[in-house]
Amino acid sequence: MNFDPRFSGRKFASVGTRPVRPDGVDKVTGRARYGADFNMAGQLVGRVLRSPHAHAIIKKIDTSKAEKLSGVKAVITAKDLPDLTDGDAGMYDVLDNCMARTKALYDGHAVAAVAAVDARTARQALKLIEVDYEVLPHVTDVDEAMQHHAPLINEATFTEGLEEKPVKPSNVTKRSQFGHGDVHQGFGHADHIIERSFKTEQTHQGYIEPHACVASVNLDGTAELWVCTQGHFVYRQHCAQLLGLEASKLRVTSSEIGGGFGGKTHVWAEPVALALSRKAGRPVKLVMTRDEVFRASGPTSATSIDVKIGARKDGTITAAEATLRYTSGPYAGTWAEIGAMTAFACYKLDNVKTVGYEVLVNRPKTAAYRAPSAPMAAFAVESAIDELAKEIGIDPVEFRIKNAAQEGTRSSYGPVYGPIGIGPTLEAAKNHPHMKAPLKANQGRGMACGFWFNFGGQTCVDLNIGMDGSVSLAVGTVDVGGSRASLSLVAAEELGIDYSQLKAIVADTSSLGYNDMTDGSRGTFSSSMATISAARNAIKILRDRAAQMWDVPVDDVIWEKGHAIAKGEKYGNLSPLSLKEIAAQSGKTGGPIAGHSELVADGAGVSFATHICDIEVDPQTGATRVIRYTVVQDAGKAVHPTYVEGQYQGGAAQGIGWALNEEYIYGKDGRLQNPGFLDYRIPVCSDLPMIDTQILEIPNPNHPYGVRGVGETSIVPPLAAIANAVSNAAGVRMTHIPMSPPRILAAIEAERKG
Amino acid sequence: MAGIAVSTTINGDGVEYLCQPDETLLDVLRDRLGLTGAKEGCGTGDCGACSVIVDGRLVCSCLVLGAEAEGRKVETIEGMAHGEQLHPLQQKFLEHAALQCGICTPGFLIAAKDLLEKNPSPTEEEIRFGLAGNLCRCTGYDKIVRAVQDAATMMKGA
Repeated sequence: MNFDPRFSGRKFASVGTRPVRPDGVDKVTGRARYGADFNMAGQLVGRVLRSPHAHAIIKKIDTSKAEKLSGVKAVITAKDLPDLTDGDAGMYDVLDNCMARTKALYDGHAVAAVAAVDARTARQALKLIEVDYEVLPHVTDVDEAMQHHAPLINEATFTEGLEEKPVKPSNVTKRSQFGHGDVHQGFGHADHIIERSFKTEQTHQGYIEPHACVASVNLDGTAELWVCTQGHFVYRQHCAQLLGLEASKLRVTSSEIGGGFGGKTHVWAEPVALALSRKAGRPVKLVMTRDEVFRASGPTSATSIDVKIGARKDGTITAAEATLRYTSGPYAGTWAEIGAMTAFACYKLDNVKTVGYEVLVNRPKTAAYRAPSAPMAAFAVESAIDELAKEIGIDPVEFRIKNAAQEGTRSSYGPVYGPIGIGPTLEAAKNHPHMKAPLKANQGRGMACGFWFNFGGQTCVDLNIGMDGSVSLAVGTVDVGGSRASLSLVAAEELGIDYSQLKAIVADTSSLGYNDMTDGSRGTFSSSMATISAARNAIKILRDRAAQMWDVPVDDVIWEKGHAIAKGEKYGNLSPLSLKEIAAQSGKTGGPIAGHSELVADGAGVSFATHICDIEVDPQTGATRVIRYTVVQDAGKAVHPTYVEGQYQGGAAQGIGWALNEEYIYGKDGRLQNPGFLDYRIPVCSDLPMIDTQILEIPNPNHPYGVRGVGETSIVPPLAAIANAVSNAAGVRMTHIPMSPPRILAAIEAERKG
Repeated sequence: MAGIAVSTTINGDGVEYLCQPDETLLDVLRDRLGLTGAKEGCGTGDCGACSVIVDGRLVCSCLVLGAEAEGRKVETIEGMAHGEQLHPLQQKFLEHAALQCGICTPGFLIAAKDLLEKNPSPTEEEIRFGLAGNLCRCTGYDKIVRAVQDAATMMKGA
């Protein structure tokens, strides 16, 4: 394949317009089918029994009474999911998380499951399963879990990444370190040093659609899975491995997905549903309740972060250091490592060092949540940056501009940057009218920056041209927020046809080659690259067919604005042939016309954003109100600007919830106290103002149209931007997220008391 | 177990079904009648994804029993468009991209329809409080509010 992915400046006809999405009408009429909206003949209802204990040995499970209940067709425990992971430690953890094998490791950990003729019977059956637990001491707090006397979650855990292997096990699975230069020396050159400790609580992605699937294992070894997921190809691999199925015999169809934000990148219920179906010999629908989603899917890390930054009087940062501790649930993760990589990525630093610790706790297994790990690191760093600017007496925006990373800067996590948007987003923020708007009493303004890597990865696209000239585009990256519209725009652009001639779908795992999941803001970046490549391959065929129709050499045929054109004066009497005219003759000129593409999308351009917000704090109650919010972010190229704005606004809103209100609250018994939307309160419409957006376009040199991922960066700055605003409004530095009214009030009162 | 016989009207059509005493209206709509437009996001009345209108009143169908629909008039998302003509709210939600994943959209449309029927000229604040019973995790509500404002203007002009 000689596809050239490099950016070439071009004038766009379709890209940059804002048409209605192809899946839109289905979604406003209730016809779109999500995870729980699909049914099969003879389908049973699956339900899962979950541990009420944060940490307990499972001594015995007696399922005999449940099995005897009329209407129960299968009961399974870990015995029905034998270990086929063959030494793959990561997959073993996934297996153990799907169904506890010897120990229950958190409140909500699955221990058994049933399939019955209806929901009522299934619920009754769960009550008849007898589990004999030996309750163990537990730990849910990140700092407590790192103490030497803390209960051990996995006695085989010896911290990796230390110079010497530790002699004793601990709850720290790994230490990682990034940076360059000499921070000790750097701090020696500083006139001002700020050193602070921060904490953030665990939050959930809060997608409105609970996990749902329908699994059907046939007697001939084939199986089907209908599921809401961000990556059906990855789900196929994991389920096939855990169930001992051949991957190509397991057909996974991704339903419409009702939000994921990283939370639908891991299997939980799906292997259980397949195991139930296999045992019962019938299809099984398994839908989590909201309580189960909170207790037993994959929330984000809780963190504890220390930051130290030093600068000269002129505002030049001389050294920056951070120690980041992230919970990963009861299984090893790499969340602190990601936090350590992103912490100082916005800045040009000669001396920088970050150290991450991955910490086991008796909480659900951490999953990705939109730019996972970056918001907490940014909260700590950007809070300290703000405080340092204040101490030096320099404007916080100017301070950041002075120290911002540029093209050619060696990033704090290693690579040297190409063209990047941190400087331009800061300049845009500085000049934004929001910055100059007056504030009233008890209001404060804050701003902060954020970074995210963006991913690429394995991607596959089919583009089929019908004989009527309409085009179907089959992609394998799940559409989480409008990517079918943006990919249709890209195909229309490349083919030179109208958007209305296209229809994009997300193909199932048996209809298209492997695709990595939609994560890392890769959906539109990767699949648009593959779509451009597939369209160019189709154009080669279209030119060849036109050449046949005209009986001229194919090298004399070019493609322009949706037409084959015979170039040269000798062809002056040949009218251009439209895609439609060529397609109509395809049966006579060589058969169906299609373009395919299989590639690894490299070169995802890094992404930066700067947010500004105004917060009002009620000094009597600690209650807050978001008065105004502005997002400035680099998109590389906004393919469908309305959906880019939507990503900016959505990430900001999630960040506002995280900053001000959302948190997992565990009782002393290690049980989650607020597993519902009433007590885990995400922002509602009346909590928020309009969220203004400004899209900057600094082309990514590694994409033909300059596209960068846009989905995740928008959640990185809000925690810090709001913390800075609240701190400015309340006159006291806030160091613990979420800044719920009691925390703000306590901080104000502590300040009053001195 | 013998079911309760219910005779009701859904989107203008007479409907009869048998349901269990503990079955919610949402379960009946989705599992017995195949009307899966209303979604179960929480089952506790906190998210509004299952919003329907019963006798002119906006309710979470997860908090109403199937048996309670006896003799009433139920409106669901499936009845919002008239033939090929989308309701102005549906049209404006599409134009403003007031949905990303779309799971909350049926509930928002029903709640917004109820709001505009009771208050054809709502202020931004009235829209925000009127829709505060519906959770959306994707959009930050900005484009939803604008779509409702635009639909209200369009409906007044009609």
